[in-house]
Amino acid sequence: MIGDLDFEIVGRTLPFLLKGLEYTAQLTVITALCGTAFGTLLAMARLSSFSPLALAAAGYVNLMRSVPLLLVIFWFYFLVPVLLQSLTGAERPPQIGAERSAYFTFIMFEAAYFCEIMRAGIQSISKGQASAASALGLNYWQSMALVILPQAFRNMLPVLLSQTIILFQDASLVSLLNVTDFVGAATKIAQRDSRVVEMYLFVAVVYFAMCYTLSYGVKRLQAKIAIVH
Amino acid sequence: MNLGIFLEQVPDGDGPWWLMLVQGLEWTLAVAALAWIVAFVLGSAIGVARTTDSRWLVRLGNAYVELFRNVPLIVQFFVWFFVVPGLLPPVKRWVVSVDPITYQLITSVVCLGLFTAARLAEQVRAGIQSLSAGQRSAGRALGLTQLQTYRYVLLPMAYRIIIPPLTSELMNLIKNTAVAYSIGLTELFFRTREMGEMTFRYFEAFGAATAIYVAIAFAANRAMALVERKVRVPGYIGGAK
Repeated sequence: MIGDLDFEIVGRTLPFLLKGLEYTAQLTVITALCGTAFGTLLAMARLSSFSPLALAAAGYVNLMRSVPLLLVIFWFYFLVPVLLQSLTGAERPPQIGAERSAYFTFIMFEAAYFCEIMRAGIQSISKGQASAASALGLNYWQSMALVILPQAFRNMLPVLLSQTIILFQDASLVSLLNVTDFVGAATKIAQRDSRVVEMYLFVAVVYFAMCYTLSYGVKRLQAKIAIVH
Repeated sequence: MNLGIFLEQVPDGDGPWWLMLVQGLEWTLAVAALAWIVAFVLGSAIGVARTTDSRWLVRLGNAYVELFRNVPLIVQFFVWFFVVPGLLPPVKRWVVSVDPITYQLITSVVCLGLFTAARLAEQVRAGIQSLSAGQRSAGRALGLTQLQTYRYVLLPMAYRIIIPPLTSELMNLIKNTAVAYSIGLTELFFRTREMGEMTFRYFEAFGAATAIYVAIAFAANRAMALVERKVRVPGYIGGAK
């Protein structure tokens, strides 16, 4: 059986596969950056003393966390064009394509997870820091930007990066919308050339090597930046 | 919005759309329940192995967890569904001989079970390691064997401690069942998409699925909170005095 396998197919189609991997990496990096930014705002809203804002943010986060990512991906795939239509007043929904709507989807979805991480990060900073900041005459935004958030980010960096590795893996679900991400590229070749076994085996090995290396890096970083008491 | 769509008959099926979604939900819950059993048994065994004195058992357990945590779930589905039968002729012969639905069901249970086992192993290990070393020594001092120490001393406490993370793993498992859509299992998400495509009522179909998933998450959360209250140990975290 092994004799029938043709791993040269991987070499022949490598440029196409790498283009898919490039899309996956780009989606991951942009989502991690924007998702952390939006997630931090959500965390601040959740911790706000203005209860309607805190409730709305909590509702959003809990909703996103209780539905499957796959459902959210398809929701936004149908919703975003309609939303854009109503915003721009166009006559028909604009064709933005699954490739681009995926960015929006992942930022909105992952922000809920980044929010919970940042909330823990903000809460890990001692109350005295906030009091000290306001004693120095800083307002809310200044004390957040200059005192609380820099420390929260530092404490939570390993967790944020671990979540980004999970996001890198989750991004593979866009292949079910026919997007040519890494898995999508492999699927297209696997179907065209009937080389399913070789393609998916290759994809699994590449993902494993990348994620294992990245999580090892995060572990090293964690040991390095841990504050010694 | 047109809620009447749920009462309309499925063109080539038997029964209205709402029944279709309920049948999808039954598949989702059945697959999740079976995979949970696999994950719980295997995950506990691997989690325990990672806390023993045997370096080989620890290494083997660690390797398992790393392997299953560093490959995306959908790729694992494709590996079980396409690669394993392609590489192993006996599996291939078996696949050809069984009903496709049985094959989808078994693939989903195996894939989700082994995937979730890696996550449970991590929780079980953390739970056991959070206990003070004195517990293990006390067990051994009483003359219990290593197996008995785990069974009667360490695991009963460790399981109670990790109930909250187990709750989120259970909910993750139910949500992950949607990925079985990729191999054609007719679970809730599959039925939702089907309803959207056949009726063009995407908002109604996806809205219903969202409501069902939220209800499941809420129910799972309540159920585990009940379990947590029922099994708590007096004098310990959250336990009565």
